[in-house]
Amino acid sequence: MGGYILRRMLYAIPIAFGVSVVCFSLVYLAPGDPLQTVLPPDATAETIEIVKRAYGFDKPLPVQFLIWLGRVLTGDFGMSIATKRPVFLEVTGALANTGTLALFAVPIAFSIGYAMGALAGSFPGRWIDRVVTGTAVFGVSLPNYWLGIVLVIVFAVEWMVLPATGMGPSGSDEFRILRWSDAKFLVLPVVTLSMIPIGILSRTTRAAVAEVRNQDFVQTLRAKGLSEWAVTRHVLKNSLPQVMAVMGLQFGYLLGGSILVETVFTWPGSGFLLSKAIINRDVPVLQGTILTLSMVFVATNLIVDLLQSLVDPRIRRG
Amino acid sequence: MTSAQTALDLRFLDSRDRGGPTQPLLIARALRKHFPVKRSGGRAVQAVDGISFAVHKGETLGIVGESGCGKSTLARLLLHLIAPDAGELVFDGDAVAVPGGIAVGALRRQVQMVFQDSHASLNPRMPIRDSVAFGPFVQGKPREAARGIARDMLGKVGLDPELFGPRYPHELSGGQKQRVNIARALATDPRMVILDEPVSALDKSVEAQVLNLLRSLKRQFNLTYVFISHDLSVVRYISDRVLVMYLGRVVELGTVDAIFERPQHPYTRALLASRPSMDPTRRIDEPPIVGDPPNPIDPPAGCRFHTRCPFAEPVCASKDPPLGESGVADSHIAACHMLDPRSGHSRAGAAAA
Amino acid sequence: MPDTLAIDEPLGSFDEQAAPATRVRGYWQSVFYRLRHDPVTLFFAAMVLSIVLAAICAPLIAPFDPYRESIVGRLKPFGWRDHALGTDELGRDMLTRLLYGGRVSLLMGVVPVVVASLIGGMLGVLAGFVGGRVNTAIMRTMDVFYAFPSVLLAVAIAGAMGGGMVNGMLALTLVFIPPMCRVAETATTQVRALDFIEAARASGAGALTIIRYHVLGNVLGPVFIYASSLVSVSILLASGLSFLGLGVRPPLPDWGLMLSTLRQSIYVVPLVCALPGVAIFITSICCNLVSDGLRAAMDVRM
Repeated sequence: MGGYILRRMLYAIPIAFGVSVVCFSLVYLAPGDPLQTVLPPDATAETIEIVKRAYGFDKPLPVQFLIWLGRVLTGDFGMSIATKRPVFLEVTGALANTGTLALFAVPIAFSIGYAMGALAGSFPGRWIDRVVTGTAVFGVSLPNYWLGIVLVIVFAVEWMVLPATGMGPSGSDEFRILRWSDAKFLVLPVVTLSMIPIGILSRTTRAAVAEVRNQDFVQTLRAKGLSEWAVTRHVLKNSLPQVMAVMGLQFGYLLGGSILVETVFTWPGSGFLLSKAIINRDVPVLQGTILTLSMVFVATNLIVDLLQSLVDPRIRRG
Repeated sequence: MTSAQTALDLRFLDSRDRGGPTQPLLIARALRKHFPVKRSGGRAVQAVDGISFAVHKGETLGIVGESGCGKSTLARLLLHLIAPDAGELVFDGDAVAVPGGIAVGALRRQVQMVFQDSHASLNPRMPIRDSVAFGPFVQGKPREAARGIARDMLGKVGLDPELFGPRYPHELSGGQKQRVNIARALATDPRMVILDEPVSALDKSVEAQVLNLLRSLKRQFNLTYVFISHDLSVVRYISDRVLVMYLGRVVELGTVDAIFERPQHPYTRALLASRPSMDPTRRIDEPPIVGDPPNPIDPPAGCRFHTRCPFAEPVCASKDPPLGESGVADSHIAACHMLDPRSGHSRAGAAAA
Repeated sequence: MPDTLAIDEPLGSFDEQAAPATRVRGYWQSVFYRLRHDPVTLFFAAMVLSIVLAAICAPLIAPFDPYRESIVGRLKPFGWRDHALGTDELGRDMLTRLLYGGRVSLLMGVVPVVVASLIGGMLGVLAGFVGGRVNTAIMRTMDVFYAFPSVLLAVAIAGAMGGGMVNGMLALTLVFIPPMCRVAETATTQVRALDFIEAARASGAGALTIIRYHVLGNVLGPVFIYASSLVSVSILLASGLSFLGLGVRPPLPDWGLMLSTLRQSIYVVPLVCALPGVAIFITSICCNLVSDGLRAAMDVRM
């Protein structure tokens, strides 16, 4: 068991390294000289040379990468071109706001999705299964940012009960969850964000539960005289590992997919920061945000894998 | 019939013959194959550990042994489906996979194999006639000619080609599938067929049919068989000579009559004694052999059988008993210190009881 | 020889043998049979087909020019002066823009999936068949890309490259290659372990021949099913990229881009502004249901 944990954690290291390589090379995908992103367009040849040496652009690529890596590991993500503030602060601040969304979206989406899927899987073929499956397909096929717009149209424009955009009248720094005047800004984004995870989770849970129910050991349990409720508990427990894997992925989706929802609602989270950075060609912020988000995803996957091994003893031996 | 008689009677008309009837068709010399075990620091499963024997033209050599003795690995080594760690193969005088000898591809035109699992040996997405035609097709025959050969072979194994050709494997019974595998093996016109437990998974009645089919085909096509099985009565029925394997080594080799009526190695004797008799008056109270075979990763030193042998002595634990040469077709050899007068075993030199 | 079974009878004649009674039906024939009798899937397949046809024939059936602007006729509701679905913020006819936009959106949805299937499929078969270090090298590289949430990766690549339709398609292709590779590799590894592959080797077939005749037929199924389920994801991701300004650039019509530009105007004509999303939704859900139907038809145990 300890061996598996250790191996899994060690395995995350080359992955994290690979991720950092990809993040680093994103800049070089961009058309034009990366130097242009940090220089004003009318710089003299002399200025260009000085800046080149200062940023290390004159060194070979692998060396540049190592320099960058070294800075990143000490928390120095550079300066934002747009706001002139340290990227690290920008990213962590924005991440906290996305975290607020996730704090609500994750429990809601996961519990609703799991419950729906479990119900559907336990009564396959019946009306509840059809309703859940239909809703799930709906949820997965809907562009979530469009749902956001539609919700805004309905609740903010037509009925005017909820605000359309933003993170509260005082901005993100003064946001207090417990104040309704702030919290009401959460409602629409959270609902929008939860839609796809609910769809995917109910599908996955339904499939896992239905599959486990068909296995022979369930019949054995019934033959032993267990009540249907006890059998269902066993089934749910056995279907948990598969579902957990998907939950981990969905958490990653919430991190990455928040960009669309945050843009619609102008929620100052990491996704919104990313889209602003793209528009402004703010390369340090771009790199810093992507690096941070993907590292969080790697860490999440690691935790999910370890939790899975706790729940599913078969994995531990592997 | 002894194998010497069989060889002469068959009058080798095969144009591919290179050495005449007395040259063995296949010689295995000191074949060794170990499979390293991951994360164990260099230990390996010693599946095949120094096996030597010869297969004579026109005979059926039966190979017997318990599960785990390395029979299937040996089968695959003979066809060079896996490369040996050491040792060599000589096919009709040519060394295999060695410069100047015969290439593996050419070997596979002359030697074919029938596998144990009749269902898994067939591609579930291919109709039977295409599976059988695949061999000739791969070896260069145009598609129509290959199909014709397939039709022909299906008929020869007793399956109506019009009825069975377009079918898929899941529509056939176990015995029918195994016939298809045999047809597939023969479609490329081999000289030798290696059969790895071909009837083990079949019902007894079907088993008899398939065995008879094999015998009939052998006569028709002038074949040489290597027949691997754990079932002693099947081996007795079909073989001319028998080779007994234990834990990756040859322990005894001789004609079928010699092995079954005058077994020399204690392991062979125990195997034969373990067969339940049909005669109710001959009951045995104790099993003639106890325990499980040792782990092939850590085989015992010296004679591999000494841990279960009722005649074991200290020399058995320290020295490997020699097998002896099997040059003459009718020779009967066994790897046991009791048979070697110079071994130091207390029973050595006495006539085998 | 008391214990031997000496049955030396001649082979049984053909009538004795249990011949299969049903009509011969191969794997693909079973699939088609099942599909033909699945009305739901057929219906949605017809819907997808009509959407595709409408998009292809856009120049023939569209009532207006997709680029013709009109200062007067901006943001008009349904039915205003022959504009069945209203006009957008620059006065262009919505129906026309939707039809033309369908071409772009469908293209951006399908092409990345097809290309990723080819590339990812080849890599996966290679990794699965050869095994060993090649497998490790390929699959570990894929794992690194798996470490990114797909939306993030698509945005990052498209954003870094500067946007535009081609870059967007490239980004999506790169995002889809790892999952396609993984599906192909799993299928190939499973098939490779089966005995009939060894039997094919014993027949003397080389690696490429084995792959062509024995492996591909068994791998194509899972790859195709997974690819079909990716189409709807690709359409959603592509329109998402355009929504963020990373995909198609104006004035090219694209559903995602249209949603973005119309966003400001939801207070004026909400229904018109929601239209592109409806188009995305309908297309996506039809593709999803067709893919589900295909999966059910192709998931045969044989």
